[in-house]
Amino acid sequence: MISVDDVSKSFTLHNQGGASLCVMRGAELCVAPGECVALTGPSGAGKSTLMRMVYGNYRIEAGTIRVGTVALETARPRDILALRRETLGHVSQFLRVVPRVPTLDVVAEPLRRLGVDADTAHTRAGALLERLRIPQPLWQLAPATFSGGEQQRVNIARGFVHAWPALLLDEPTASLDPANRETVLELIMEAKARGAAILGIFHDADARARVCDREIDVGRFMPESAAP
Amino acid sequence: MTAPLLETDGLTKRYGNRIGCADVSFMLWPGEVMGIVGESGSGKSTLLSCLAGHLASDAGQIRYRDRHGETHLPATMSEAGQRRLAREEWAYVHQNPRDGLRMGVSAGGNIGEPLMARGQRHYGDIREAALDWLERVEIARDRIDDPPRAFSGGMQQRLQIARSLVNGPRLVFMDEPTGGLDVSVQARLLDLLRGLVRDLGLSAVIVTHDLAVVRLLADRLMVMQGGYVVESGLTDQVLDDPQHAYTQLLVSSVLQV
Repeated sequence: MISVDDVSKSFTLHNQGGASLCVMRGAELCVAPGECVALTGPSGAGKSTLMRMVYGNYRIEAGTIRVGTVALETARPRDILALRRETLGHVSQFLRVVPRVPTLDVVAEPLRRLGVDADTAHTRAGALLERLRIPQPLWQLAPATFSGGEQQRVNIARGFVHAWPALLLDEPTASLDPANRETVLELIMEAKARGAAILGIFHDADARARVCDREIDVGRFMPESAAP
Repeated sequence: MTAPLLETDGLTKRYGNRIGCADVSFMLWPGEVMGIVGESGSGKSTLLSCLAGHLASDAGQIRYRDRHGETHLPATMSEAGQRRLAREEWAYVHQNPRDGLRMGVSAGGNIGEPLMARGQRHYGDIREAALDWLERVEIARDRIDDPPRAFSGGMQQRLQIARSLVNGPRLVFMDEPTGGLDVSVQARLLDLLRGLVRDLGLSAVIVTHDLAVVRLLADRLMVMQGGYVVESGLTDQVLDDPQHAYTQLLVSSVLQV
């Protein structure tokens, strides 16, 4: 479902003397439906860089990344938008939303974009918020004022509100209490059971051991020049 | 396979020897929101004026596909034809609400006028539509008879949006729509615009210098410098992984709150 083949990435910093940093070379992996693969490696190894290339945030300099039938290196913006809407979900570490939008709408938005009517979308969003223990009185408030853990749970609810066939998870259990961490692990197992291909970064070793089928050390894709 | 709504090819506008915008080519698809960013003088407003037919371009082509699937070259159309496009297919939201509103006419009149221009004559229906739109842009119904003069800047901007969308356009041009507004009002307006774009299936071209606005509103982004498009692509790709020196400068210059 997700495949990365011989991918390289470097950054050219035009405003810092044109310095060019090569951060990744020859990266490869694949994730099958129903499988969860963890990216591991020390901070700075390129885990997030690789995730961002799969999501289309970073340009792919060389090599191929496929999600479903879409080749990201040649996809037009509208292809990537359609991919994100229908096929590729994402739970990022930080919640980035229009200020002052109520939590329930934030969570329901991916469904509204797919054309689901407001009532159905809100019902599904509410069910997830309830599972993630966000008290109902908070649903009509904007998440900007929530605690870090609450924001993270809103983010997770949004990332699981639609049954995306492929999912990217960036530290989904960070800053969560044990009960909510358990719920998130359950959500991940359920997604696997319905056939989702999941690629994630988990610093929580125990969580990783429970939900992931394989680990890939991103450090081995680091060019020697960039090694610490 | 759907076709692009708006397509330009090598669009160029000069002011004497100076370049307004040069060699701009892009396709805008139905339901897409495209942002144009760049500093003052980069040509983004000139480009928007050319697209909306307020300025005649010197070279290049604009093609527009209307709701009946017919493709038009606005530049070669009769004045009446151009007016029809502007009235029935397009809308333009000015940075300054005073440029898009009739300040001496009531709020309800401002919304009703475009309907009357389209041939609606039934007073009750027009007033009902005006009330409905006031609600959509979050202005209290009992303000319908007040003139825009009596409104705050944010309310005037929302009223302008109601006036420009009441006729059900398919393509909206916006010039710094959140420009002169208080940040607290900006957020509300952004949310409103996003909801309208999604629910009405609108396409939009938005000129702004605010990168936070395009991040939240635009699917795609064009970065302009000195009249040329120096970089374009998916909004978060351009902002997170900028390739051109100017885009890198722009992104790295944003103040963090």
